[in-house]
Amino acid sequence: MGNGLGKELKKEVELMSELFLTTKDQIPDSHTISVYRSKLQGYAGLEKALTMTRDEVVDQVKKSNLRGRGGAGFPTGMKWSFMPKEPKHPDGSPKPKYLVCNADEGEPGTFKDRLLLNRYPHKLIEGMAIAAHAIGASRGWIYVRGEFYQEIVILKKALEEAYAQGFLGKNIMGKGFDFELSIYRGAGAYICGEETALLNSLEGKRGEPRLKPPFPAMVGAFGMPTCVNNVETFCSVVGILRDGPEAFAKVGTERSGGTRLFCVSGHVEKPGVYELPLNITLRDLISHCGGVKGGKKLKAVIPGGASAPMLSAEEIDVAMDFDSLMKAGTMAGSGGVIVMDETVCIVEAAARLLKFYEHESCGQCSQCREGSHWLARLFHRIETGHGDTKDLDTIARLCSNMAGQTICAFADAVTGPALSSLKKFRKEFEAHITEGCCPLKKPGQKAPHFLEHHDHVTL
Amino acid sequence: MILCETIKSKMEAIRSEFPTEQALLLPLLHEIQAKEGWVSEGAMREASEFLHLPLAKVKEVVTFYTMYNRKPVGKYHIQVCTNIACFLRGSDQLVACFEKKLGISCGETTADRKFTLSEVECLAACGTAPVMQVNNDYHENLDESSCQALIDRLS
Repeated sequence: MGNGLGKELKKEVELMSELFLTTKDQIPDSHTISVYRSKLQGYAGLEKALTMTRDEVVDQVKKSNLRGRGGAGFPTGMKWSFMPKEPKHPDGSPKPKYLVCNADEGEPGTFKDRLLLNRYPHKLIEGMAIAAHAIGASRGWIYVRGEFYQEIVILKKALEEAYAQGFLGKNIMGKGFDFELSIYRGAGAYICGEETALLNSLEGKRGEPRLKPPFPAMVGAFGMPTCVNNVETFCSVVGILRDGPEAFAKVGTERSGGTRLFCVSGHVEKPGVYELPLNITLRDLISHCGGVKGGKKLKAVIPGGASAPMLSAEEIDVAMDFDSLMKAGTMAGSGGVIVMDETVCIVEAAARLLKFYEHESCGQCSQCREGSHWLARLFHRIETGHGDTKDLDTIARLCSNMAGQTICAFADAVTGPALSSLKKFRKEFEAHITEGCCPLKKPGQKAPHFLEHHDHVTL
Repeated sequence: MILCETIKSKMEAIRSEFPTEQALLLPLLHEIQAKEGWVSEGAMREASEFLHLPLAKVKEVVTFYTMYNRKPVGKYHIQVCTNIACFLRGSDQLVACFEKKLGISCGETTADRKFTLSEVECLAACGTAPVMQVNNDYHENLDESSCQALIDRLS
């Protein structure tokens, strides 16, 4: 089988790219301002940005072809240019503008922001200060998922250091620019990674996404014009300003510049976060991580976090940039690559993901609230051998009633694993139904915990 | 009084960071839980008075977010991630190991109120799966023997 990524196909990937986010070898204490400044050219990007006008900074980011690293891949420079220049209240007084960092990392398979917060908190602060200057924001918040307690401790210390050395607060670097920045701790809700849900959460409310328009650039946090970007996006901005947009744009593809942090998990020899150019292929990425664990054959890969449709082993010769993956019918999403070997039952894996979505649907829209619940039960039922052939049509019908029908993209995300698993591994679904059990389980093998403790419904 | 002076002064210290008082709700609930271990009805009432919010606004937030415990938990809250990446690397065996070792099922607390076992969704540490969180700390690259050893150490 030529598509298996066993040991025989392991090869060293040529890594020519320079790094913008991480360093080749880990630098001790890179989270402290002294190391960040002495060894990582810390705050040189901000210094340069403050010699430019706002529009010049936005132009630099536009030229770099940086696209948002949170999941949607929207061009960052363009997002910044949507911010109103001099917004005013109806009475003519100026409206404040806000900047928010989305550090609510929660897409299954994604763990890069945690690394950035742990090792390079000052890079995030610097990136946010640059962005604040570019959009004219006077205040910002870093919304960190509640579970990242230790990361918040590190970030708090970094904020103190940045304030003490004049990189935050009043008259930053003596350039007359003011920017206040603080941390907001989430409390465990996947949906708060959606930017308008995050804004509601930041206001002390339930994290339910808002109808758009109005977009946050017009009506964002506390009703004011707001720009929300991901941790990695802000960190990427630092290198763009410091080394110039050309250096960043020349890595990657024509339409999406730079390197990206790929988070590789599941059945690979060396799981972890890898900073690589965006044009690397999925095959090379897996090879770079030591290939499939134990020399087993590859079965499927989720290339961009749980919400990205799965790819089969035959489809991994695809570049990992936003456009190539979209062309392949999936998405680059948040950069979470989950590798599954030949021993994985796809129905079971999809059932596990659907249980997650069932749990995390915020419940505002009925299509999503009911649909995610129903899908989870259907997959449960098929995996445990109680499925019916007509269930497969029901899955497709349910998904078509969910995608694009709701306030936010969560419902679309649910259909990613549901439809792709069914489409690409339909035979496996049918085998479960005809054999009345999971064909990949050995006789007497215990069902996984999540199946045992959640009942399917009789439809 | 659950909202002691320490909590109140912590809230006053960050009040200027937000344009509204309601934004203090999540931080306040975190402080309450850090002190009490959970968020009781009484605590919700005190929070609503302190922030001048209707009780319903507090309740709807407490019930929305999974991190706020609505009943007391043990001294050590063990939260095992069983989402896809951890699942692929054996989180199921960890859950089984804890259930056996502690004699409780997921969602339960031991009789001596020392351990609560929960299953949680993705903790964003998939590269070091399987992972779990015990109170505020992450534990990564786990296997059955490291889990057994941890329980022995904490018992």
